[in-house]
Amino acid sequence: MPTETVLGVFAHVDTTVRALEELRAHGYHDLTVYTPLPVHEIEELLERDRPVSRVRLFTLIGGLTGIASAFLLTIWSSLVWGLVTGGKYLQLEPGGIAGSSLPPFFIIAFELMVLFGGLATVIGMVVLGRLPRFRPSSTFDPRFTNDRFGVAVHCAPERGASVRELLRAAGAEEVNVR
Amino acid sequence: MSDSRTTTPTFADVNRDVLRTLNPPGNLYFAWMCVVALGLAGFFFAWAGQVWWGMGMAGKRVPQMWAMYITTFVFWIGIGHAGTLISAILYLFRARWRTSIYRAAEAMTIFAVMTAGLFPLIHAGRMWFAYFLLPYPNQRSLWPNFRSPLVWDVFAISTYLSISTVFFIVGLVPDIAALRDASTGWRRRIFAMLALGWEGSDSQWRHYRRAYGLLASLATPLVLSVHSVVSWDFAMALVPGWHSTLFAPFFVDGAIFSGFAMVLVLVLPMRHFFGLHAYIQEKHLDAMGKLILVTGLVLTYFYLCEIFTSLYSGEHIEKASLFWKVTQTYAWALWTMYFCNCIAPLVLFWRKARTSPVALYVVSILVLIGMWFERFNIIVPSLGHDFYPYTWGIYYPSPTDTAIVLGSFAFFLLLFLGFIKLMPSLSIVEVKETIPPPMRDGSHAH
Repeated sequence: MPTETVLGVFAHVDTTVRALEELRAHGYHDLTVYTPLPVHEIEELLERDRPVSRVRLFTLIGGLTGIASAFLLTIWSSLVWGLVTGGKYLQLEPGGIAGSSLPPFFIIAFELMVLFGGLATVIGMVVLGRLPRFRPSSTFDPRFTNDRFGVAVHCAPERGASVRELLRAAGAEEVNVR
Repeated sequence: MSDSRTTTPTFADVNRDVLRTLNPPGNLYFAWMCVVALGLAGFFFAWAGQVWWGMGMAGKRVPQMWAMYITTFVFWIGIGHAGTLISAILYLFRARWRTSIYRAAEAMTIFAVMTAGLFPLIHAGRMWFAYFLLPYPNQRSLWPNFRSPLVWDVFAISTYLSISTVFFIVGLVPDIAALRDASTGWRRRIFAMLALGWEGSDSQWRHYRRAYGLLASLATPLVLSVHSVVSWDFAMALVPGWHSTLFAPFFVDGAIFSGFAMVLVLVLPMRHFFGLHAYIQEKHLDAMGKLILVTGLVLTYFYLCEIFTSLYSGEHIEKASLFWKVTQTYAWALWTMYFCNCIAPLVLFWRKARTSPVALYVVSILVLIGMWFERFNIIVPSLGHDFYPYTWGIYYPSPTDTAIVLGSFAFFLLLFLGFIKLMPSLSIVEVKETIPPPMRDGSHAH
């Protein structure tokens, strides 16, 4: 199905928000909004249609992996060759595992939880945000990292005219078709 | 707000002002770089000498084998605390004044931890065996002792460096995209590569914001843990003056105290030379001054606690160690520390001092001196006067370790001075968040 992309460029936050509200009211949900900074009002509007970012799942899995690998490393290496430190030990003996000196390993577990959790978070951000992008997307304009806000609407070609009219009425500085 | 320099900037002003900081530097910058190069040359000559002729070149001897290298190591790790504190803890607390200083503070953190990271290698001597620090077994499948605070330290500091760096880079991406769109030629190509194709679309921001919040939540306990773990290097040992449960909060507070002092030492000249008065205003200086004052008062309380614990311990060796520190060979270092860390910051009770760059600068320098001496006082006199008279000793610095300690400041400044001319030292995005957004139906139309 052919689609048309209409881009509205806005100079103000309130006009951008108005345009987004209008678009929602008219049933346009396939939008891309460009902002030079995260804007609370715009995020709130868009979050209504979208689930919470899944980055937190990456963080959780990374953190748990960190904890698990730290305990695995420390406990397993103690069992391979038991070291008695200040009377504290955890080692393999003929009857099974002897000693219960685990508390120091929590420090390693904490550090690896933060390390793996943090790295997984960034990986999540990169993967979910579709980075890196090697070519700018067709609707991007360099002004969007400076002081302009952009609303790109992807719609059926026959509705293009009404979208353009809607964006202009909401207060867009310029409206064009990409 | 009558001063034209402090009128509210617009979004476009922010981009322009930050881009301006990346203009080719003037003569003063190069003069500073020459000083830095001299210090760095001394650093590498001294280090090469120590490698060539052996560890005897450094002044450290039994019993004070930790001496200046570990003093300076702990000092730099402490400096590295303010950046992530500002970018993580103050982010979660929504302290808006952090936005204009956090980028410089984060860069400072990473460079300080990198500088600190050199010292265990210099201190251990054969740094080409640095990989011994990694957790892997030796030929007899003996693994590192994970009950040793020194091994915890390896984990804590490498995690701190990695997470701080990641946090820093994540914060930089949207700013580099803004630089990319404002520059031309080869600069544009480099920025385009570094910006990873950031466009500021809603889906990018959505994941970015979530990731940033999660990173801040992970980094918050990390900030507090790093210096706690460093303090356990000491507190887990039985040396009089070290073996105390007070050490973790004591170190963390001291780290924040010295970290903020270093932030001021770096940010005040930046503000002056880059003309960033509209972004780093008096209220920011005031807030930092208050933080230095509070952490200084807490530190004073810890000093009193430390003395009280010694006196009340009933341990004559603890008491003897304290008496020796306060009155004998190294007493001058102890009293310098008390003056710089407890008395000097009291000036900041006056609002005039908190908003005066000169006063803040002087106090910050004194605090840095005081905090270096604090670590010196923990390490050198404590090791020099422990349980038996035949293990007592006096440490004299040699030209080698002095040059290395002074040279570490050059190493740090080289990284920082390089950074402020290559990357935005003021966060474009976060500064925009603090200024009123452009509204057509409001007073901030433009």
